[in-house]
Amino acid sequence: MNIFRFSSPQTFYPLAGRLVPVFAVLAAVCCALGLWLGFFVAPTDAVQGEVYRVIFIHVPAAWMSMFIYLVMAFWSAIGLGLGTRLSFYMTQALAPTGALFCFIALWTGALWGRPTWGAYWVWDARLTSQLLLQFLYFGFIALTRSIEDPRRADRAGAIIALVGAVNVPIIYFSVQWWSTLHQGASVSMTKAPSMASTMLWGMLVMAFAAWFYSLAVVFARVRSIILERERHTDWARAEIARLGGGR
Amino acid sequence: MKPRHKRFLLIGVALILLGGAAALVLNAFQDNIVFFHTPSEVAEGKVPQGRTFRVGGMVQAGSLSREADGMTVRFVITDTAKTVPVVYKGALPDLFKEAKGAVAQGTLGADGVFTATEVLAKHDENYMPPEAKDAIDKAHKTARTVSQ
Repeated sequence: MNIFRFSSPQTFYPLAGRLVPVFAVLAAVCCALGLWLGFFVAPTDAVQGEVYRVIFIHVPAAWMSMFIYLVMAFWSAIGLGLGTRLSFYMTQALAPTGALFCFIALWTGALWGRPTWGAYWVWDARLTSQLLLQFLYFGFIALTRSIEDPRRADRAGAIIALVGAVNVPIIYFSVQWWSTLHQGASVSMTKAPSMASTMLWGMLVMAFAAWFYSLAVVFARVRSIILERERHTDWARAEIARLGGGR
Repeated sequence: MKPRHKRFLLIGVALILLGGAAALVLNAFQDNIVFFHTPSEVAEGKVPQGRTFRVGGMVQAGSLSREADGMTVRFVITDTAKTVPVVYKGALPDLFKEAKGAVAQGTLGADGVFTATEVLAKHDENYMPPEAKDAIDKAHKTARTVSQ
């Protein structure tokens, strides 16, 4: 099977349609299992008590917000390099979900910070760079929506996505490079996780839930974008008519 | 070279240059990006003179005392090499404890005492149930008794 076949919007559209319900069900299952592990199975933390349980939402959301931006940068590079329309559609479908996870990470972080650090917000390197990520997401969405010509909007958005990608390693390594109030990573590639195993499992399952949710929502969104952008083609017009839209 | 190879090369080069520029800028602003200074930096005089800054480290065990007014606390922040005595009037965060991390914001007096206007607790990235922590603490204590 030639996977490049699916770089055509027309062939990707039905594939994405078949995958959406699969990922949606997986997301719901992982989310239910993860929340159960996190709130009923994982033990209380010795230092922070129950408040640490926000980690089961906060960390998966923060991971996802950084990862989605990197995926956007990847598709932008492919789009600019190969001129494939679907790459730009993917980038635009990803942005709102990334922005949502970034927003969740910032808010759950604030609610976690108050009872532990004693402050909702501090301007340390981790928090500031994560806030910058939020503005990059908003900037990307605003820019691509505000340019009339869709081909120009694609390219302008791709440049923001690529330039902003420099911020992602800064967020990730900020806690190592500078003194910050934010603690270091509990889970990383280079060392054994520094948390009890049931806590870790709760967090990982929630991370999978975030992945599947993102896949489901982004594929559903990219289908809408495909129809909107390809509406001049016969197949898209037929599909829109089938869905009861158009004239 | 095909045009699309050229475009990818251009994107790659642009990203490398951008990353390099970001690294240089962040390096230049190193002193402004750190959230707090260590007691060693205070001792070496590497801290902003005459204005507010933050000092962070461990609250030295046994150094926390409360004055008669019940509001003013004194403690010592240490990075195991140097120490900074801190005086602070106000409520401390729940996680503020001796031998745990803390960050104080305020000004350094001529007498070397740091007058804080805000004190934050800094916790680490270790999460474990209380039983596991008890076991670790007990093991540490045993190790200490054995070595004495």
